[in-house]
Amino acid sequence: MTQHSNRRRVVVGAAVLASGALLASCAGAGGGAGGGGGEDGVTTLTLATVNNPQMVDMQELAPKFEAEHPDIKIKFVQMEENDLRDKVTADISTDGGQYDIMTIGSYEAPIWAANGWLADLTDYAGDADYDVDDLMPPVRDALTVDDSLYAVPFYAESSFLMYNKEILDEAGIEVSDRPTWDEVAEAARAVADDDTAGICLRGKPGWGEVFAPLTTVVNTFGGQWYDENWDAQVDGEGFTEAVQFYTDLVKDAGESDPVSYGFTECLNLFTQGDAAFWYDATSAAGSVESPELSDVAGKIGYAHAPVNKTDESGWLFAWNLAVPESSQNKDAAWEFMNWATSKEYIKLVGEELGWSRVPPGSRQSTYEIPEYQDEAGAFAGLTKDIMLAVDPAQPGVDPQPYVGIQYVTIPEFQDVGNQVSQQVADVFAGRSSVEDALAAGQKVAQDAGDAQK
Amino acid sequence: MSTAVVPRGGRTRKRITGAVLTVITWLVTLGFFFPVAWMVFTAFKSERDAATNPPTFLAELTLANFQRVFDSGFSAYLINSFSASVMSTIIVIILAFPAAYALSIRPIVKSTDALFFFISTKFLPLAAAAVPIYLVLQNFGLLDNVSALTVLYLGMNLPLAVWMMRSFLMEVPREIIEAAQVDGAKFSTEMLRIVLPLVAPGMAAAALICFIFAWNEYFLANLLTSTIARTAPPALGSFVSGRGQFLAVLSAAATIAVLPVIIAGWVAQKRLVRGLAMGAIK
Amino acid sequence: MAIADSTRLLVTAPDQGRRRKRTKIPLTPGERRNLRLARALLWPALIVAILITQVPFVVTIYYSFQTWNLQRPRDRGFAGLENYVDVLTNGAFFSSLWATVLIVGSSAVISLVVGMALAMLLDRKFFGRGLARTLLITPFLMMPAASALIWKWSMLDNDAGMVNWVLGLIGISPIAWNTSLPILTVIITLAWQYTPFMMLILLAGLQSQPQDVLEAASVDGAGPVRTFFSMTLPHLRQYVELAVLLGVILMLQVFDPVNIMTKGTGGTKTMAYLLYERAFIGSDIGEASAYGVLTVIVTIVVATIALRTLFKMLKVEGDLR
Repeated sequence: MTQHSNRRRVVVGAAVLASGALLASCAGAGGGAGGGGGEDGVTTLTLATVNNPQMVDMQELAPKFEAEHPDIKIKFVQMEENDLRDKVTADISTDGGQYDIMTIGSYEAPIWAANGWLADLTDYAGDADYDVDDLMPPVRDALTVDDSLYAVPFYAESSFLMYNKEILDEAGIEVSDRPTWDEVAEAARAVADDDTAGICLRGKPGWGEVFAPLTTVVNTFGGQWYDENWDAQVDGEGFTEAVQFYTDLVKDAGESDPVSYGFTECLNLFTQGDAAFWYDATSAAGSVESPELSDVAGKIGYAHAPVNKTDESGWLFAWNLAVPESSQNKDAAWEFMNWATSKEYIKLVGEELGWSRVPPGSRQSTYEIPEYQDEAGAFAGLTKDIMLAVDPAQPGVDPQPYVGIQYVTIPEFQDVGNQVSQQVADVFAGRSSVEDALAAGQKVAQDAGDAQK
Repeated sequence: MSTAVVPRGGRTRKRITGAVLTVITWLVTLGFFFPVAWMVFTAFKSERDAATNPPTFLAELTLANFQRVFDSGFSAYLINSFSASVMSTIIVIILAFPAAYALSIRPIVKSTDALFFFISTKFLPLAAAAVPIYLVLQNFGLLDNVSALTVLYLGMNLPLAVWMMRSFLMEVPREIIEAAQVDGAKFSTEMLRIVLPLVAPGMAAAALICFIFAWNEYFLANLLTSTIARTAPPALGSFVSGRGQFLAVLSAAATIAVLPVIIAGWVAQKRLVRGLAMGAIK
Repeated sequence: MAIADSTRLLVTAPDQGRRRKRTKIPLTPGERRNLRLARALLWPALIVAILITQVPFVVTIYYSFQTWNLQRPRDRGFAGLENYVDVLTNGAFFSSLWATVLIVGSSAVISLVVGMALAMLLDRKFFGRGLARTLLITPFLMMPAASALIWKWSMLDNDAGMVNWVLGLIGISPIAWNTSLPILTVIITLAWQYTPFMMLILLAGLQSQPQDVLEAASVDGAGPVRTFFSMTLPHLRQYVELAVLLGVILMLQVFDPVNIMTKGTGGTKTMAYLLYERAFIGSDIGEASAYGVLTVIVTIVVATIALRTLFKMLKVEGDLR
């Protein structure tokens, strides 16, 4: 009977599937609280990292480390930035022990260090070969709490202005090395037309998305998130003026659909020659100047981040490697971290993968390498100058109660920045005025400010 | 049975209407399918071509993206996905069929309450329970564990399967059950040899839907696994870059990830629809 | 003709069922055995469901009464009802509720209507039917995150998106979907994904229609429209209700289109996204748990009302056995 043989086929098929699945799950199951096992004297380290190009390169070169250190193996877990933050926070705050090395930003590092979550690396880093004094001072300061170092930088960045020389030359506009925002706005409005955006500025909601550049604009317009008494200044004069300026500029001469535009979207727009200016991270230059990725390689000029009332307005951010205090494999972890943030690693990347892929901004010596200067000359020198010139303790006009340029180094800032950025999105869309948006933001910020007092 | 005599003109009109409907159907189908097709096309482009404005229709095709996806260890993730999805679906069906039986063909008094309970378990948004689940699993050392994930998917899909199978079981004509009982059949015979074949296609539908949800589940898989038990969805998410172009490689990963489900869907849709025509069995 | 008879009974004799429900009949020993058997069938699934889902729920309830912000590990303690008060007074909960109702409701209606139309188109035999069916269910098979990314980058992108390109062909200037029409953006993505789901269930319903009854109706002279409204729709009602119920429950959890495209701006902050924000960006586990519990309560209230109506209609058919 056909029904019978059909059924038999289904049953057999299901049985095969089931046994296959069972076998696979037995093979895959178990992992438990393992954040590093030790079998036959081989320590396996689990490293959580973000999927930025520099980290992808690190994973590619890791076998070289393993060859030099046969008793250590590294397992990489690459994730998108938000996922990484979610998981690593959940793990470290609950003593999960899933990771031996974590990639964390300059924002979290001091907060987590103060919570006692990170292992103290001062002694490790004190090793003469490591040359901890070579690390970029402001970057290193962000990772130091009470004179102890809690993380080491993998790469760091500030922000600057990139401009398409072709478009601007055609319009007869010259950009100085230290432009003001008013100059840039005027130039952008002049060259903007239906096909070309005058300037690309991030608008995507997120404390690290729109508010990275926007906070620097706030700083240089004389505004700030909090004054010295932790009273929020979101609806203050400087902040309001800055947000008004920024949103007006985007509406008049910026990309259409600003709420969609974060770093990658602006990168696409700019590298296809559809925007005259782009104010964003210094680390963008590597992609902008890469002929495989960019139509405008070689046609870009670089200038200091535009200013208004201050001398500099670049931001400061670094991706760093840290070890959870609860890890059982601190020594082995340090071996890897040492290797990945050392001068030798930087040379290795340059020789093996190309000098434009070298992790920028972590060490001063990077900028003395002749090959790097040759290849990245257009922007590398400027990057270094900016990074050494910015002042994370007081980036704006008035003093502030925390150290940080484009973020507020309090745990609540993720939330505050995120919520206020959503209000700003309403301004971009024309659904709200700047005053209303910032009034709502002020409330949220003040609640967080009160928690610090 | 009467055979209506249809005039020649009517038949041609019917054929034209038929042809028009077929064309419309295919237009709509292709329209719906277009985003998927475009994604597959993008998987073969270079990153630069994938990000152009206006979109590139003619591009140099490359397999580099697929290479990159597999180089990242994607096959291991696919295996994990496979085992979690298949195991959880099989167990779900085994549990749900008798339960649905008890709620339809041989209803208990409180069947509506039981049904409501099942569906109410899906009211809690995952994000609220995510950290509690994380803590519970961490407590038992079950983080990064495929079996733990399988169990969670089981709980996630059970209500769906119970509801769907109950609906299909309700279609089984009373007469068949009564006939079996009159014949003195044992209950297991009644359930397994008489009713089960009738609703097997319906079971295929429920199984397919459970498989799809388990296979595509991202949130819990992302939070609760890291290296060993990582499934395809978080691996896919790991290609989304905040600092560079990624659309081509992501499309490649998504294409690879959707293939098993498409195969399952193709197989199931044949059994699914034809078999549910209970009337045909009469 | 048994099927036709029972179908007609199902459709035309509801009162009988209601009357039967009222009388209480004492159980015979055979029936009591049946009942025990039925309970035995049900218990495994019930126990598994309770264990897997209620344990996390209880733990969530526990945390809803605690203060716990992940980033402030030293400030943990009992909070009583503080979290609930915060949630109910900060205004985000209710606007999020409204956003969820609007987005899920619209998507459900759209995907139901389009799904119905597609099911009817696929109900006939035509060239390449199997292939068309498989192609049409692919939106539902794709990973939601991948779908959202494709819609963001390739379809609804302001400059490079297909939708704006097509609109350009008929003379409409490009729309900044994400910035200006965020709610519609989310609804389009969601409806695209769930239409195949609705279509699958409705097609199953259409295909299970007894052919002979339909033939009899056409012989009797009923046109296709009349057949649809008086015979097909009533038969489909059970499938429509199943599709809508399951579809809505599933859409309530929807997260990816909001996370990838609108980030909760412009009235798109659904419950699922709000909860994600509170738990992972706000790092406030106590508050997020309170949100979760309140969501469950609200959903139970709404669902009870909806399902009670649903069951009254379904039970009627079931009781006729």
